[in-house]
Amino acid sequence: MTFEMPNILPAVPEIFVFSMACVILIVDLFLSERRRIVSYLLAQATLIGAAILTFKLMVSEPVFTFSNMFVADRLADVLKLAIYAVTASVFVYSRDYLRTRGMYRGEYFVLGLFGVVGMMIIVSAGHFLTLYLGLELLALSLYAMVAFQRDSSQATEAAMKYFVLGAMASGMLLYGMSILYGVTGNLEIAAVRRALAGMDADNVMLIFGLVFVIVGIAFKLGAVPFHMWVPDVYHGAPTSVTLYIGTAPKLAAFALVIRLLIGGLENLAASWQDILVILAVLSMGVGNVIAIAQDNIKRMLAYSSISHMGFFLLGILSATPNGYSSAMFYVLIYAVMSLGSFGMIILLSRSGFEAERLEDFKGLNQRSPWYALLMLILMFSMAGVPPTVGFYAKLLVIQAVIGVGMVPLAIVAVLFAVIGAYYYLRIIKLMYFDEAEDKTPIVAGGDVRLLMGVNVMLLLAIMPWIGVIIDLCSQAIKQLS
Amino acid sequence: MEFKQFIFYFFSAVLVFAAAMVITIRNPVKAALFLVLAFFSAAGLWILLQAEFLAIILVLVYVGAVMVLFLFVVMMLDINLVRLREGFGEYLPIGGLVAVLLVIEMAIILSSGQFGLENMPEPPAYTADYSNTRELGRLLYTFYVYPFEIAAIILLVAIVAAITLTMRRRKDTKYQDPNKQIRVDRKDRVRMVKMRSEKKV
Amino acid sequence: MTEFLLGVWNGFPGWSQTTLLILVKILAILLPLILAVAYLTFAERKIIGYIQARIGPNRVGPRGWLQPIADAFKLMLKEIIVPTNANKFLFIMAPVLVFTPALAAWAVIPFTDTLVLANIDASLLFVLALTSMGVYGVIIAGWASNSKYAFLGAMRSAAQIVAYEIAMGFALVGVLMAAGSLNLREIVLHQEGGIHQWYLLPLFPLFLVYFIAGVAETNRAPFDVAEGESEIVAGFHVEYSGMAFAVFFLAEYANMILISALVTIMFLGGWLPPFNVAPFTWIPGLGWFLIKVSLILFCFLWFRATFPRYRYDQIMRLGWKVFIPVTLVWIGVIGGAMFLTPWGYLFH
Repeated sequence: MTFEMPNILPAVPEIFVFSMACVILIVDLFLSERRRIVSYLLAQATLIGAAILTFKLMVSEPVFTFSNMFVADRLADVLKLAIYAVTASVFVYSRDYLRTRGMYRGEYFVLGLFGVVGMMIIVSAGHFLTLYLGLELLALSLYAMVAFQRDSSQATEAAMKYFVLGAMASGMLLYGMSILYGVTGNLEIAAVRRALAGMDADNVMLIFGLVFVIVGIAFKLGAVPFHMWVPDVYHGAPTSVTLYIGTAPKLAAFALVIRLLIGGLENLAASWQDILVILAVLSMGVGNVIAIAQDNIKRMLAYSSISHMGFFLLGILSATPNGYSSAMFYVLIYAVMSLGSFGMIILLSRSGFEAERLEDFKGLNQRSPWYALLMLILMFSMAGVPPTVGFYAKLLVIQAVIGVGMVPLAIVAVLFAVIGAYYYLRIIKLMYFDEAEDKTPIVAGGDVRLLMGVNVMLLLAIMPWIGVIIDLCSQAIKQLS
Repeated sequence: MEFKQFIFYFFSAVLVFAAAMVITIRNPVKAALFLVLAFFSAAGLWILLQAEFLAIILVLVYVGAVMVLFLFVVMMLDINLVRLREGFGEYLPIGGLVAVLLVIEMAIILSSGQFGLENMPEPPAYTADYSNTRELGRLLYTFYVYPFEIAAIILLVAIVAAITLTMRRRKDTKYQDPNKQIRVDRKDRVRMVKMRSEKKV
Repeated sequence: MTEFLLGVWNGFPGWSQTTLLILVKILAILLPLILAVAYLTFAERKIIGYIQARIGPNRVGPRGWLQPIADAFKLMLKEIIVPTNANKFLFIMAPVLVFTPALAAWAVIPFTDTLVLANIDASLLFVLALTSMGVYGVIIAGWASNSKYAFLGAMRSAAQIVAYEIAMGFALVGVLMAAGSLNLREIVLHQEGGIHQWYLLPLFPLFLVYFIAGVAETNRAPFDVAEGESEIVAGFHVEYSGMAFAVFFLAEYANMILISALVTIMFLGGWLPPFNVAPFTWIPGLGWFLIKVSLILFCFLWFRATFPRYRYDQIMRLGWKVFIPVTLVWIGVIGGAMFLTPWGYLFH
């Protein structure tokens, strides 16, 4: 029996994060309530260590290992680094929130790290199997985190809905993958691509497989008409968990789309383009219009995330390298914006008070001009108002769509962006022109305040280096084919 | 009809029947028992395919462990069937439509000829010392070692998640520490008291 | 006469010859087994009697030797009462479901090197799968009886079996690591060469775990909470009478013999003599097998007469917090020793 030891070097960051999660799990067992900060610090150290490892192991050419099931390339490295950064910020924001609500337990960080492992696996998957397993690992951690607040019936209901719909989506995805396997005889992404190259793209079976795969992806992304879980989960989950769900997993979802549709099924682009157009238009429409009717800011941001997923799909459906890199840029920026917005909700809430209704933002300017300014920048960026980077993100995806001649689609997108601006601006109106009802001073730890400032200012300060990031994205995309 | 074919049709018929009963029968405990029957028939089909390891593992894991737990829970729950059936008619049109669509899709896929016998290579005949278990293990621990490990992590996360969601320290639980129980000494419990015998008044 | 019989035999078509042969072999295993079960009940009453300084049954037949036969007749003549509102089909099926796996597992048990009905490749897994099926009969009996006591017994049994199944499975993993095979016959052959080669010594913790888990799996004292006659009268079979009850009874004893046979095969060298020298090798393999099985069976009876019943939470604690960690650690030790240290030969 011969057994070649696979090259585990490229997978060292994954192994490190997983081992550390196990260590934290055990260490946390012996910590008293007061010393829980050790778990938190260990979790942050894990993310920093993983970032260093990923950075050190950065490769210029794609490396395959574990019988081609694992791939380390530029795309994976960039996305992994982004995931570490976002998750670390999530942990900073959520610490106080958890502490004041009796949820300050090591499992939050452990499950968060397991979720990170899942995302890392998706991001560097070279095989349908690993893609699916990574997705399940991530999803399982998320289900548990949503239900973390056991006494809240809202959270339990959200977890239940998330679990049932998520399981169904996984089923769809698996069904699609199995049909594709039946047709191409392969599960390895690169091999599927090769097999498809010599095949008729109009094959009925391929289309069926593709449809199921896309339904699965749309569920995970939360694109209309598979968006039903998004508002309920965002609303029902504790805000710290909403913060987690609404940020880093979007990056993983991007990787899922890229690896599946572009890495494996690019030859079917003509077929998936049409499906994605429908998804994108519906998502932008439904997301932006229904968001207007919400009076809960978490729910509103959930619908806003649906509409953002629509914009992100614009970049993908253009089916050009330019479009993909613009979609990647969009997702990266969206993660930062979403991090800031949910972080702000956490920052404003305190023990026994969730700042999640729109009225809670009334007169924020009187209470704290600085936070009002930060929120203003966030909302401008979300809406895509010019001096912020959110504008560039939208511009790039719309350019990509125009680049392939889909002008009507671009017009629709701009129209919906304008409609969407209404509800973002409404918050700004509430903050600056309404009288504050609640004059309690806002207290937050130094680390949270600092991070919030950096997080939001990034949306402005990054403008001079925007070219660098776009270059990075297009380099990462270039390595795919 | 060959004997093998007869067995195949027998197990398939039982499987389909049991699966249909699982979703149509009113009593949840009986539904779970029919599911057990379905697993069992599926295991029989696997044996026919010479996949004895998978067949036995199916029985061992699903029939022997998973379904026992499932039955345990189903029996404990007081499931109100009337409430369960509420809204059944309301959702029937949509559910039925989806089901019909799925059936049509399956029909198209299966009849497309892609999965016809002529497209499938004849499986090689196995030698006498061919061990299903060994081959499976070899593949699982070499070629598929990475997904195998990820699956292990998923199971670990499932355990962590389940414990996180269910374990809480309650003050009113009567917890017994076996360590303390064992270390009990006579002198901790029994006090010898000298008493003068009482006299009748 | 012989010629005539041969002629009749050759008159059958080929497939029916094989079927008939197999049927005869099955009967050759089952009949002695059922007889053994009957006399095991007798042995139990006698042995426990002596342990408790009584004589035990001594009225029916010479020295009471016909007692089990009399018991069997009594039970056969009694009426099977189906309680009102009980699920009749499941109520009748439950004893069958308990009994069948206990008998079916014997198909792969090697009595000696050559004496085995079906020498299949994964016989260890086959046995494990079948022994895990027995719990269905208990659960169904408890549920179908429509009685609170029976239901409580069924619940206890389900929880107990699930807990001990895992430890049992892990213990077997240790055995198959040492033997490098899932075939029971090969597992015995790997222990060739005398008592020091038996897996009893290198796998001692696993032997203990497997044996105790086996006692728990058969719902025997001190793990008989599913029956618990002093708390829930007779647990899952409180509503059973007559032959239906007798089948439960038989299944319990058949399972005891099965577990003893498995312990013998996996840890005590099966049909192999303890020393490969003259007086020991005179006894044939089957003899050694039966002696070892009887020894283990004696322990079953001994336990029943000695230990008080475990409490439910103690059973759970023992299963989950003691046995599973012990087996896991020992599997780690075996694996480590085999592949990393020069002491791996100890486990081969």
